Amino acid sequence: MGSWIRGATGCVAAVAGMVLAAQGAVAGPTLDAIKAHGKLRCGVSPSSAGFAYPDDKGRMLGLDAEVCRAVAAAALGDGDKVEFVPLTTNVRFQALQSGEVDLLSRQTTETFSRDVTLGMNFAPVVFYDGQGVMVPKSLGVKSAMDLDGAAICILPGTTTEQNIADWFRTRGMTFESVVFEQPDEWRNAFFQGRCDVLTTDRSDLASSRAVANNPADYVILPETISKEPLAPVVRHGDDQWLDIVTWTVNGLIAAEEKGITRENAAKLAAESQDPEIQRMLGTSEDLGAQLGLDKDWLLRVITTVGNYGEMFDRNLGPGTPLDLERGQNTLWTDGGLLYAPPFR
Amino acid sequence: MPVSRFGPAEALAAPLAPPAARGRLAQIRATYFGTPRNAVVSLFCLALIVLAGQATAEWLLLDAVWAGGPEACKAGEGACWPFLAEKLRFAVFGFFPYEQQWRPGVAMLLLLAMCAATMLPALWRRELLLGWVLALLAMYLLMAGGILGLVPVPTSQWGGLPLTLMLAVVGFGAGFPLGVALALGRRSRLPAIRTLCTAYIELIRGVPLISLLFMASVMLPLFLPEGWTIDKVLRAQVAIILFAAAYIAEVVRGGLQGIDKGQYEAATAVGLGYWQNMILVILPQALRIVIPPMVTLFIGFFQDTTLVTIVGLFDFLSSIRAAQRDPSWQGIAVLEGYAFAAVVFFVFCWTMARYSRWLEARFDVGHK
Amino acid sequence: MPSDASARPQGGSAGGRLAALVYGDRSRGLLWQAVAIGLVLLLGWQLFGNASDNLARQNIATGFDYLSRPASFVISDKLVPYEPSDSYGRALLVGVLNTVWVSFLACLFGTVAGVVVGILRLSPNPLLSRLMLAYVEALRNTPLLLQLLFWYALLLLMPPVREALRPLPGVFVSNGGLFVPVLHWSAAHLWVGLALLAGILAAFPLAGRIEERALAAGRPPRSWPAVLPAVLGPPLVAALLLQPDLSLDRPELGTFRVSGGGRLTPEFTALLMGLALSSSAGIAEAVRSGIQAVSKGQWEAAEALGLKRSLTMRLVVLPQALRIIVPPLTSIYLSTTKNSSLAIAIGYPDLVSVSNTTMNQTGQAMEAIAIFMAIYLLLSLLTSAFMNWYNARVALRTR
Repeated sequence: MGSWIRGATGCVAAVAGMVLAAQGAVAGPTLDAIKAHGKLRCGVSPSSAGFAYPDDKGRMLGLDAEVCRAVAAAALGDGDKVEFVPLTTNVRFQALQSGEVDLLSRQTTETFSRDVTLGMNFAPVVFYDGQGVMVPKSLGVKSAMDLDGAAICILPGTTTEQNIADWFRTRGMTFESVVFEQPDEWRNAFFQGRCDVLTTDRSDLASSRAVANNPADYVILPETISKEPLAPVVRHGDDQWLDIVTWTVNGLIAAEEKGITRENAAKLAAESQDPEIQRMLGTSEDLGAQLGLDKDWLLRVITTVGNYGEMFDRNLGPGTPLDLERGQNTLWTDGGLLYAPPFR
Repeated sequence: MPVSRFGPAEALAAPLAPPAARGRLAQIRATYFGTPRNAVVSLFCLALIVLAGQATAEWLLLDAVWAGGPEACKAGEGACWPFLAEKLRFAVFGFFPYEQQWRPGVAMLLLLAMCAATMLPALWRRELLLGWVLALLAMYLLMAGGILGLVPVPTSQWGGLPLTLMLAVVGFGAGFPLGVALALGRRSRLPAIRTLCTAYIELIRGVPLISLLFMASVMLPLFLPEGWTIDKVLRAQVAIILFAAAYIAEVVRGGLQGIDKGQYEAATAVGLGYWQNMILVILPQALRIVIPPMVTLFIGFFQDTTLVTIVGLFDFLSSIRAAQRDPSWQGIAVLEGYAFAAVVFFVFCWTMARYSRWLEARFDVGHK
Repeated sequence: MPSDASARPQGGSAGGRLAALVYGDRSRGLLWQAVAIGLVLLLGWQLFGNASDNLARQNIATGFDYLSRPASFVISDKLVPYEPSDSYGRALLVGVLNTVWVSFLACLFGTVAGVVVGILRLSPNPLLSRLMLAYVEALRNTPLLLQLLFWYALLLLMPPVREALRPLPGVFVSNGGLFVPVLHWSAAHLWVGLALLAGILAAFPLAGRIEERALAAGRPPRSWPAVLPAVLGPPLVAALLLQPDLSLDRPELGTFRVSGGGRLTPEFTALLMGLALSSSAGIAEAVRSGIQAVSKGQWEAAEALGLKRSLTMRLVVLPQALRIIVPPLTSIYLSTTKNSSLAIAIGYPDLVSVSNTTMNQTGQAMEAIAIFMAIYLLLSLLTSAFMNWYNARVALRTR
C-alpha cells in the first residue's frame, strides 16, 4: 500500500505543479498583472484584413493589432510583448470579463449597454465606422430598400445583428438570418451563395471584398445603416489601466496632429521647443509617472507603431487591399472626428 | 451490457445452414445465392459496394489533383492532395511556433508510446502509474518550455493533435480516481455522502458537455478570488475531468454491483476495515470487470474533446478548420480537410474498439 | 457491513471513550458525513462570495430581468411566432422548442434506421451484414461534431437558390434549403391528422389481439385485413366530413429567395441528419446485441413450430430482445438530446446558441448558462421517466 500512497502523492504534486505553473497567480491591478506575466494578452479578430490578420509567419498585422502593440510598448516597454488571442464576436466579452485578455482591440462598437451593464469600459474610438450591406453585382440591387425577403449572413452577438433587425423592422421588411461564428465561414457562405447579403461594418465589408476571388463581382450598397464607433475595451474597475489605454490612443491621435512620426519622434524629443510635444515625449514634465509608467512611454509607442495617420495608411489606406479613404477618420483640424484632448 | 457468446453468422445462419455443402464454390453459392431473395440481396449489396468503391477511387485517385496550388484544385474534380501536403503540419500542430514543433511531436510520441504500453495487460503494474506521472510531467515541460533552454510557449499557442490527445488522456486519467471515489460514495451506507455523490453524478450526466465547457470558460473565472486566473486550456481540461468522472463513476458502479456479496462479507469477516476491504478486495476485482466498457467510454471522450473548439481552444479539428479557412484555399478543400480528420479519428477509435473487444475475449477466457 | 469496532487492532489497544468516539463505526460515519457536507457548504459559500464580489467589482448586471427585455435579434428557424421585438424569454422558448423538435425527430428517424440496420447486421448474408457493420463502424468511430460539419459543408456545396436544382416541379434543392409544395394548412387538416394518429394507436392492440388469437388457433397470423381499415378509416371519415382544402402551396422563386411551400434549412437538415445517423449506429448495436442475447433455443423452438424467419423475429425474438434493448436505447435518446447542443457549431438556433447570443448581448453569462443547464436537466429527467415507464411496461408484458 505504501507505493500506492507514494504514487498518489506524486500525482497530486504534479497536478499542483501544473496549476501553479499555468496560472498567473497575481493579485491587484491589471498593470501589475501583465508586468508579472511579461506579456499583454490582447483579444483580436481571428481574421479581418486591415484590422487583425496573421501573415504567413503567424505575425498579427492590422490596425487593431497595432493598437495592442502600442499599449504593450507603453506598459511593458516593448511592442512585441503581446500575446494575441483570436476571439470570435460571440466570445469576446466573456474573454475580457473572465480575465483571459487584458485588452480587447477587436472592432468593437461602443454602445450604452456594453459600457454600462457588461462590466466594460471603452477607450477613445480608433475607427469611426458605419454598418453597410454588400451584395453580388449579379443581383442587380441598387439600394438596401430592395432587399425585402433576402437571406443575410450575420456574425452573432454583434451590434450589426441587432441593427439590421431594427432597420428591416422599421421599414416593414423581413429577412432570413443565417449566422456564422467564424468570420471566414461567414464570408465564405456569402461567396457560396448561402445568403444574398453580407452585413457588417463598412470597413469590414471592404476587407471581405478584398479577399473575394473576384472583388469586382460584389458591390457595397450606398446605405449606412448605423453608427459604429469602434474602440478598444478594458474591464470595468481598474481606472489606472483604462487611463493607460485611453491616453495611448489619445497620444497616437495627438502625435499626428503635432506631426510626430515614427522617424522624427526621437529627434523631436531631443530638439522640439513645443511645450506640448515636450510633455508628450517626456522631455519636460513626467506625465508617464502619473500613469504609473516611465516618462518615455509615449515616445516608445510612436517609435513602435507611428502616429495614427501612419497606422491608418499602412493598414487601411490607399495602396492596401482595403483601399479606404480617411473619411471621418481624419483629424478635427481637417474636418474629421479625431480629436484628442490636450496633454497637460 | 449483454455480451454475445456467438457471432452473427453462427447465431442466425445456423437454422438456415445448407445441408452438407460440397466444396467451397457450392458453399459460396449457398451463402450468397441460396434463395432468390438472398441472391437479390447479394446483388444489391455488390452493386452498392462497387458503386461506392468506384466513386471513392475516382475522387481519391483517378480525378484527384496531385500537384499545383489552389487554382489547380479549383479546376479539378477530385480530391485536392496538395492542400493536405501543404497544411498537414499546420493541421497536426496548430499555431505552435513553427521551429519548435518538434516539441509537441516528441510529446505526442511519448504519449502514444505510453498508451501502447498501457494496452498490454502484461505491463499492468504499479510502476506503470509512476511511468504515467513522469511521462505527463515530461510532456508538459516539453510543451510549455521555460527550462533546459526551451523557449516558453504559452498554452494559447498549443494546438492540434497533441492537444486533442492530451485533453482526452489527462481528462480520463484524472477523472478515473475521482470517478472511483464517486462510485464508492454512491454505494456508501452514509446517506449524506450517498446523496451528494448521486446528485453530482446525475447532474453532470444530465447536461451536455458543452454546457460544462461554457461554464469552465465563462463562469469559472468569475468564481475565483479577485486576481486569480486559470489558464484557458487548463479550464477546459478541468471541465473534461469533471465530466469524465461522472460517467466513469457509473461504469465503476456497474462493476461494483457485479461483485458477489460474499466477497464483502468474507473481507469483513477476516477483520478488514472499509478502506482495506475496498482497496485490497473489492476494487481490484471490480475494476478488472469494467476495463472493456471503460475503453469504450474512452473512445467517446476522445471524440468529445472536439467540442473544445466551440469555446475557442485549438484542437485537431479546429486546426483543420483553420487550414480550410486560409484565404487562398477558402472554399476549395473543405471536404478534403474533414475527410482527413475523419480518417485520423477513425484509425484511433477503431484501434481502441478492437482492443476493447480483444480484452473482453481475453477476460472471458480467463473466467472459464 | 456490520463490523465490530473492537475487532480493529487500534480499537482494542487504545480503549477509552475518545477512541470509541473516533473509531466507532457509527460516530465515524457521522463525522465523515459532517465533514463532507461542511466541505461542500464551504466551497459553495466561497464560490458564491467570489462570484458576487467579482460581479459587483466589474459592474456586471445580475438577475433575470433581462428575460423580459427585447431580444432584437432575428431567428429564422422557428416553430412559434417570434419577432426581434419579442423578449429574450421568448427567444429562449424558440430555442427550447427547436432543441426538443430536432432531438425528437432525430430519435425517431434514428430508431427506425437503427432497428433496420441492427436486424440486417444479423443477416445470414455476409455481404449485407458486413455492409451494415461498415455503416455502424464509420459512424461510431468519428466525432459527431466532425460529422455535423461535414454534412453542413456538403449541403453548402449545393447550388445557390437562384440556380436551384428542380428535380420535380415545385421542388427546389439549393444551399438555401430544400423547398417542397405543401398543403395550405388549416384546422381541417389537423383533425384529419389526429384521426390518422388515433387510427394508428387503435391498430396496435387490435393487431396484437388478432395475432394472438391466430397463433392460439395455429393459423398463420394475418392481421392486415383488419388493421388497414382501422388505420385508414378514421382519417377518411374525417376528410369526407371536413372537406379539407387539397390545393398545394407551391414554392415560387422570388427575387432572392423561394417563397411559399415548405422548407428545410440546410442548418436544420445537417443537424437532423448528423444526429439521426449517429444515434442510428448506436441503436443498431443495441438492437443487435439485444437480439443476440435471446437464447438460441428460442429460434430453434420457433423453427420447430414451423414459423418463418421473419415471423420468428417479429413475434418471438424482438419482444424478448426489447427488454434488453430499452435501457441502452434510453441512454442513446438522452445523449442525442444532449448532443443536439452541437447545433451551435453550424448555426442552428437551438437552446444553446440562443443562450450564447443572449449572454453575449446582455453579459449575463451565469444566468443564461444556469437556465440552459436547468432545461437540459429537465429534458433528461422527462426522457428517463418516459423510458422507465415504457421499460416497466415491456418488462411486464413479456414475463
